[in-house]
Formats: sequence, C-alpha cells, structure tokens
Amino acid sequence: MNSAAFVVIAILTLAAAFASATLQKLMHAALMFALTFVGIAAFFFLLGAEFVGLVQVFVYVGAVAVLIVFTILLTRRDVQDTGKPNWGGAIIAIAVFGGLLWAILKTPALFIAAPQIEALTVKRIGGVLMTDYVWPLQCVGLLLTAALIGALILVMEDRDEG
Amino acid sequence: MTPTLQLFLVISATLFCIGLLAVLSRRHAIFILIGIELMLAAANLNFIAFWRFGPQPQPPTGVMIAIFSIAIAAAEAVVGLAMVIAVYRHYRTTNVDQFDQLKG
Amino acid sequence: MSDSLDQIFIRIKQLLLAPLAGAPDWVMQIASALINIFALLGVFLTLFALISVLERKILARIQNRYGPNRVGPFGLFQPVADGIKMLIKEDIVPARADKVVHFLAPILIAATAILALGVIPYGRNMTPFAIDGGILFFFAVGSTTELAVFMAGWGSNNKFSMLGAMRAIAQMISYELPLIITTFPVVMVVGALSPDAIVVAQNGYSFGVVPHWFVTTPWGAAAFILFFVSGLVESNRTPFDVPEGESEIVAGHMTEYSGFKYATFFMAEYIGMFAISGLAVTLFLGGWHAPIRGLEFIPSYVWFFVKLSILLFIYIWIRGTLPRTRIDQIMNFAWKFMLPMAFTCLVAAAVWHYAGRGVAGWLWSLAVLGIVYIALSILLDTRKKFGTRTYRFAE
Repeated sequence: MNSAAFVVIAILTLAAAFASATLQKLMHAALMFALTFVGIAAFFFLLGAEFVGLVQVFVYVGAVAVLIVFTILLTRRDVQDTGKPNWGGAIIAIAVFGGLLWAILKTPALFIAAPQIEALTVKRIGGVLMTDYVWPLQCVGLLLTAALIGALILVMEDRDEG
Repeated sequence: MTPTLQLFLVISATLFCIGLLAVLSRRHAIFILIGIELMLAAANLNFIAFWRFGPQPQPPTGVMIAIFSIAIAAAEAVVGLAMVIAVYRHYRTTNVDQFDQLKG
Repeated sequence: MSDSLDQIFIRIKQLLLAPLAGAPDWVMQIASALINIFALLGVFLTLFALISVLERKILARIQNRYGPNRVGPFGLFQPVADGIKMLIKEDIVPARADKVVHFLAPILIAATAILALGVIPYGRNMTPFAIDGGILFFFAVGSTTELAVFMAGWGSNNKFSMLGAMRAIAQMISYELPLIITTFPVVMVVGALSPDAIVVAQNGYSFGVVPHWFVTTPWGAAAFILFFVSGLVESNRTPFDVPEGESEIVAGHMTEYSGFKYATFFMAEYIGMFAISGLAVTLFLGGWHAPIRGLEFIPSYVWFFVKLSILLFIYIWIRGTLPRTRIDQIMNFAWKFMLPMAFTCLVAAAVWHYAGRGVAGWLWSLAVLGIVYIALSILLDTRKKFGTRTYRFAE
C-alpha cells in the first residue's frame, strides 16, 4: 500500500468531513459530504475492496447526496443553519475522540502491516452473497422496499386536509 | 512506511467523532443526518480495515457487512430525509429544537 | 501482418515505456497511466471536434440546407473557429452566484465524463483502465453527473438554471434505473462485471455467419433498444432535451455559463454521449469483434470505432427527426414502460439461458418479451380515454 496516497486521501477525507460538519451553508456542507464519501471510497480501494468502494460512490454520491440536496431545496427557508451550535455536544465529541484515541494507541496488537491477500473479485463477492448471505440479502431487499414505500407515504400530501 | 491497522483506526475514529460533533452540536435536521451517515461510514471503514489486516485467507465477512451496512444506511437516509420534509411541512422549520410538541 | 497491425498501439506504448525499464514500479505505473490518459483525451477530443461539425452538417442535410461550409475544406475546420470564439469570449459570473460551486460544476462534469471512458475496451488488449467491476465503475462515475448538474443549477442562482437542473436530475434519475437494469441480463449471462470479459463472451459465430453478439438474441435486442433510449435521456439529447429546452428555459443549467465554461459543458455532454454509446457497443454489439468471420483481418479498434460511429449517426439522425417530448411524457414512459420492459429483459435472458442458449431459447425469450410488450401496450393505451370527436355548432 502506498503511504503517500494514504496521507493525501486521509487529509482530503478528514478535511471534507470536518467541513461538512461545520460549514454554515447547507449546500456547501452537502457537497463536502459527497467529497467525504469519495475519500472513504478511495480508502476502500486502497484496502483492496474495490467493489465496496464503487458501491459507496454509487450509493452515496449518486443517490444520498442528491437526495440531501433535493431536501435542502424543498426546505428552502433554512438554507443557512441559524441555530446556535451546542457547545456541550462539541465537548462530548472531543471527549469521545480522546477516549477512542487513547484506546487505539494503547493497544499494541494493532501495529501490524497488511498481509498479502488474493484480489477480492466481484465473482467471489457474488458467490458469497448468493450462498452464505442469501437471507440477509433478502432481508435487505425487503427493508429497502419498506423504506421506499414508507418514504413515499411520509412525503405524500394529505389531500383531504388540503 | 506502509500504513498499519492503527492508522486506519485513528482515521475512522476521527471520522466517527466528526459525525458525533455534527449530530450533537448542530441544530439543523439535515446536518444531523449527515453526521449519522459519517458515523456509519466510519464503522464501515473499520470493518474493511479489520478484514484487510486479519489473518488470510478468510471469507470476506467484513466486506459483506460493509455492503449491507451501505444498503441499510441508504434506506435510513431515505426515510430520514422524508421525515425532514414531512416535519418541515408541519412546522415550517428544520431546526430540531423547535419540534417540541408531541401533539401535531 | 494483421496481428501486428491489430496490436500496433500496444507496441507503441511498450516502445514509449522502454526507456523507463529500470525505474521503480510506481514510476512505470504512472507513466503507463499518463500515456493512456493522453491517448484517450487525444482520440476523444478529436472525435468531439469532428462530431460537432459533422452533426451540424448532417442536421443541415436532413433539413435541406448546406450547413457550415466556409472554414477549410467542406467546413471541416469549423471546430477550430468555434474553439477560438469560445476561448476569447468574456467569462461572466453572475454577481449573486455561489462562485465556488459555479466554478466547480463544469470541471466536475467534464472530469466524470472523461473518467467513464476509461473502462471501455477499444480493441484487443486496449482497455485503458482494466478493473474487475468496470460496469459498476462506469455507473458510479456516471451518477456523479447528477450532482454536477445540480451544482451548475444551484451555483448560478438563476431560476432557469434551477428549473433546468431539476428537470435534468428528475429525468436522469428516472432513466438511470432502466439504463442499469438493462445491463443486468448481459452481466448475468456472462457472469462478470468487467467489460473485457463481456466482449470476450461475444466471440464466435453461429452457423458461421451470425455473430454471437447479444443484440442478436431477443432479450439482447430489446435491452439494447431500451439502453439506447435511456442513453439518449442520460446525455440530454433530443427528443429528451427538456433540461435545456431553448424555447422554454433558455439553456437550462447552462444558462449562466459563457465562454470556456460553456464549451466545457458542451464537451462533457458529447463525451458522455460517446461513453454511453461505447458501453452500448461493448455490452450488446460485440465490442471490437468483427461482424463476419472473413473480416477479422481488419484491426479490432477499427471495428469498435465503426460501430461507435454508426450509433453516433443514429443519435444525430434522431435529433434531426423527432420533436421534443413533454416532461410528463418522459416520466410516464420511464416508469410505466421502460422499467417493466427492463425487468422483462432480465426474465427473458434467464429463460434463454435455461432453454439451452439455442434456437429454442431464442424463441422462448421472444415469446416472453412479446407477451409483456403486448400486455403493456394494451394497459398503457391512452387512446381509450379519447372519445370519437364530436362537433358543436352554434344554432
């Protein structure tokens, strides 16, 4: 694995994530959100899981980010986050970060380099998905259908109240 | 120097905390959704990293969990954004502090 | 002889890489990638220039006029004149625009369009970016276009831009489903997501004459037509060019762009069209395979570009022939006809596979497609709502 690529992607992803969490303009935050997910997909590529990276870009940049910008358009009154940030939340987040970092740095077993692996082909993923994971796959299909119908019902206008 | 598992965990912990920051400190409902998505993505990164650095050969369990979690996160985003729109229709705001009535 | 001609570009690339023989691995990788990128850009920007003038000439012929014929022989240097005009135009940014987003939109849209070209096999051993999930890469990159169009519409802060972007995204999302689902039968039959494997699977000829292209099977032909129509929508071409309907909303999301940025949008649109056509050739028209066994001595890349040119000609032909559809017609067509037909292609391909991939399978899959087509035609017949025409006269 290339360490230069790692550093570049890490800086890009974390900066984009931080921007998407803190920018005032919602639209910019949504675009930064898309960039964050491209960065995470790049991490997946670096880790040898190309398929997951591509799915990530496809789902998040192609679908979720577009949904978010559409929602911003439909709730146009609040394109700027005017509410005051909750500083207590920020302190909690920093505390959690400190705790996690302490735990990670204290664990010596994590100082391992990546072992050699055979490339994870799409064929293998498909095979596993259709054999060992066929029930979860069906459940996810059901869940997505339910989400689709639920979202439609939620946003449908109440005609009789008018 | 090649990146070790530790570096990936630090990255994903940072991402998780940025997501937590967005969820806990912002007032706008869409920012909260963005934060949740960031936290889920950090978890995915962990799964993939542990799969990659685990003893080989092994079944691609981490990859599978990441794929399912992406699908579930997409469903969650769809329903969440639909709720934001529905709530906005009712209260004419997306500031979560103002959704303080139980009776609609 | 024909073999060396077939692989001539590979040889040239090896010659170019030869001086770097002792260099470390990553230098070789970067050099190889750079050569691929420059070759791709060179070929497709030339093709873009050529198509932009040919389109005007063909449209002119369809409409009984001459078309551009002043600059150079037969007006072939028209793109140069157009390019100079575009480059020296003033670049205007609206005062209330979101400047960063407005600036980034054309860059993103052009970058994604060019990236999508990378996974298409242009000839034997001639895939610039051979990746295992090539088809998925194509669509993952292609789906980014929606965000770029949205950025253009939002960044311009103009009602026409926003309306155009909304229309573009609405129709792109609706047609992305049939576009992707019509590739599933091919992926399913081949058992691979990589374009190279799909092209290799279409090798061979039945009865010595009929090539094993997927377009020669009923499900393949149906999927190809659906894919082609969805491709028309994805590249915002007539008859589905409502996002930039000049008579309604000026130029849609490109209203506030001028000069070089407008040219970038224009180029991205054409490159997107090349990419979709190239994928159609790869998936259904046998990629770089020759149509007849006797013609296999002609190099593979020639066949690819011949097929690509035929598809591009059909694009231009359709543009010269059909009027613009309404947005509600486009949407109804997508959800009520294209999507069920795309799923039927999937079923028909499965039937074809399990009936032995022979003549019997051919007929069975034709039957499945025919039944669904007729059923959909009866269900969606809008003429039912029309009565016989009645006339009212003043007494």
